Amino acid sequence: MSSAFASTRTNGSEVVKELAFFAVVALLMSVMILGVETVDRPTGLELAVRWDLVLIAIGSTVVGRFALIMRREGMSRIVQALLITVTAVAVFEMFVRFRDMDDRWASPVVLDMAFGSVLSTVVAIAFVAIVFAIAYFSMKEKGAVEVDESAKLSSKIQLVYRSNTKKIGLVGIIFFIIFPFLFGENRSAIDLATLVMIYIMLGWGLNIVVGLAGLLDLGYVAFYAVGAYSYALLSQNFDLSFWLCLPLAGIFAASFGIILGFPVLRLRGDYLAIVTLGFGEIIRVVLINWYDLTGGPDGISSIERPSFFGLADFSRRVPEGSVAFSDLFGMDYSSMHRLIFLYYLILALALVTNFVTMRLRKLPIGRAWEALREDEIACRSLGINPTNTKLSAFAIGAMFGGFAGAFFATRQGFISPESFTFLESAVILAIVVLGGMGSQIGVVLAAIVMIGFPEMFRELAEYRMLIFGAGIVAIMLWRPRGLLSFRDPTILLNMSQKEKVAGELK
Amino acid sequence: MSMLKIEGVHTFYGNIEALKGIDMEVNEGEIVTLIGANGAGKTTLLMTCCGSPQASKGRILFEGQDISRMPMHEICNLGIQQSPEGRRIFPRMSVYENLQMGAITQDPKHFDSDLEMVFDLFPRLKERISQRAGTMSGGEQQMLAIGRALMGRPRLLLLDEPSLGLAPLVVKQIFETVEKINRENKVTVFLVEQNAFHALKLAHRGYVMVNGNITLSGTGAELLANPEVRAAYLEGGH
Repeated sequence: MSSAFASTRTNGSEVVKELAFFAVVALLMSVMILGVETVDRPTGLELAVRWDLVLIAIGSTVVGRFALIMRREGMSRIVQALLITVTAVAVFEMFVRFRDMDDRWASPVVLDMAFGSVLSTVVAIAFVAIVFAIAYFSMKEKGAVEVDESAKLSSKIQLVYRSNTKKIGLVGIIFFIIFPFLFGENRSAIDLATLVMIYIMLGWGLNIVVGLAGLLDLGYVAFYAVGAYSYALLSQNFDLSFWLCLPLAGIFAASFGIILGFPVLRLRGDYLAIVTLGFGEIIRVVLINWYDLTGGPDGISSIERPSFFGLADFSRRVPEGSVAFSDLFGMDYSSMHRLIFLYYLILALALVTNFVTMRLRKLPIGRAWEALREDEIACRSLGINPTNTKLSAFAIGAMFGGFAGAFFATRQGFISPESFTFLESAVILAIVVLGGMGSQIGVVLAAIVMIGFPEMFRELAEYRMLIFGAGIVAIMLWRPRGLLSFRDPTILLNMSQKEKVAGELK
Repeated sequence: MSMLKIEGVHTFYGNIEALKGIDMEVNEGEIVTLIGANGAGKTTLLMTCCGSPQASKGRILFEGQDISRMPMHEICNLGIQQSPEGRRIFPRMSVYENLQMGAITQDPKHFDSDLEMVFDLFPRLKERISQRAGTMSGGEQQMLAIGRALMGRPRLLLLDEPSLGLAPLVVKQIFETVEKINRENKVTVFLVEQNAFHALKLAHRGYVMVNGNITLSGTGAELLANPEVRAAYLEGGH
């Protein structure tokens, strides 16, 4: 050790001091949080002390800190990676123990796993190996030229993405189209894909408002709710079919967008965000309290399911006068038919949203949105009416929210104000921001990450939130402007047009 | 007939009176310059002509029509375009897109010929056609700001300090182009400048503004020769 430190700035006693300091901090932080728990005993609630957790917390802090010191001092990568692996295993141990409230003093979880069944041995070894590998390869030898490999990689990915946007989009669309054929019998896969697709559509809708027009809308869920309740109420009270209600829901949501937008769009930035947040809450509170119309917190149940374009019905027992879907196509009845149909329906709706957005971007109105996001005064001096331009973005975004809401209502068959809380707005906004403002493919990725992954890893329960938090931190560090955050510098979108212009001028 | 006529205009920012009764006019085909020190109210006057902020007293007539109560975007659609203070190009858009934005309220059938006209005036912009505007030099950005204004087919072009922060050689180029725009494209120009020497040399007529009032007016040559103007704006600085 002493020879290793000889060449560096820090000497041994300083290292010990530093480690002791961090041990004390870890002790202070963990003793109340981890060290004490209330246990329900027959005699009443009692305090139990869990020194094992405190010890592990201090131990992992000290080892982790030592790894950082090693890194600072430029020790070999293997030593650093070993220390980090030990830290990670200790943290893992701590969490497992924290969850299992038995007294496990003697046997560490990882060891239990390693000597349990063959499967758990493999899992334990894989866990340790992966942590070690990540630690080893993310380390840089001190003194090595500071080329940021990750930056290089990400710029490479960007380049590939940029030059192949269309192909990537096409592959994505084909994947989503054949998805039911791959997972046709897997009910939960189709359900999950449908859910992700709803959020992709909502993300694309909000992307018009936030990504293109640059209006921070924290109450987007209000339009989703308006769409859902429009369909539910129209279908229950006037017995209108889904296919008639779908455009109506969009129109209602768009009108609400205009009603909200008219007074508030003179506001900017934070102020607009707060007002839209308030609007979202107002809608929800009205839905809860207007009991006669909306059923209040009970919601609206047994909402009519969509028919096959009015031609056939998906139910097992077909009502008088209509045809069963399975009979229409001469297939056996399967409850999956409806689910797959719903999946294709939302896929189509989402693709329409995307297509309209892409078209609008190339039209003067879309260009005006983007310009407005960059500089409102310049826009006004070019003769653009900022109010109308913002209103149109708000209304069109709201309309797609309304479509998605109507779909949500018909898919669930039951809606209540519970489904339209602020958290939903936050999730949709997070999808847009995470994807990279204004990036259509980014929204898809972000929706999969935000909605798909948490559902897929449902067994991990609370750990999901831990991983989610770590993911957000990682995004902040490495891709602070979103996963796919770059606007193509020219919306000449197709190069031929540009060449044409340049050619004519030569 | 005067193209732009400003009659007794007062403009306030809150309680502060920035313009204290301005009378001036710009005739068709002229280059008129307004010079003055920092904070004299030059930009305020130019922006008041565009409707932001609006004049609280007085009238502004454009081709005989009172525009002093109209919103900015409507005024700009009448045929007044400006290259605003600080240029205000769209930095993340390409040069081509910026020029498209300039023509956004115009009939698309003029687009190609207008674009060619702008590229004739500023060949540099053509070289940079697909570059992000924010990555260009100050002079190129100024050219773009003027080019973008021209894409809106103005009859009156308002320029707010086009020389700000530019190298002398670039300033000369820009002013030569402004003269060309005036002479060949028949665009009336109202130029607000601190660079009094160049501006007065270029202008047919000029006004001098001090603390929200017009204190002097005359032809460019007269003002250049005026001892007060020389003492305040020309000597020492240049």
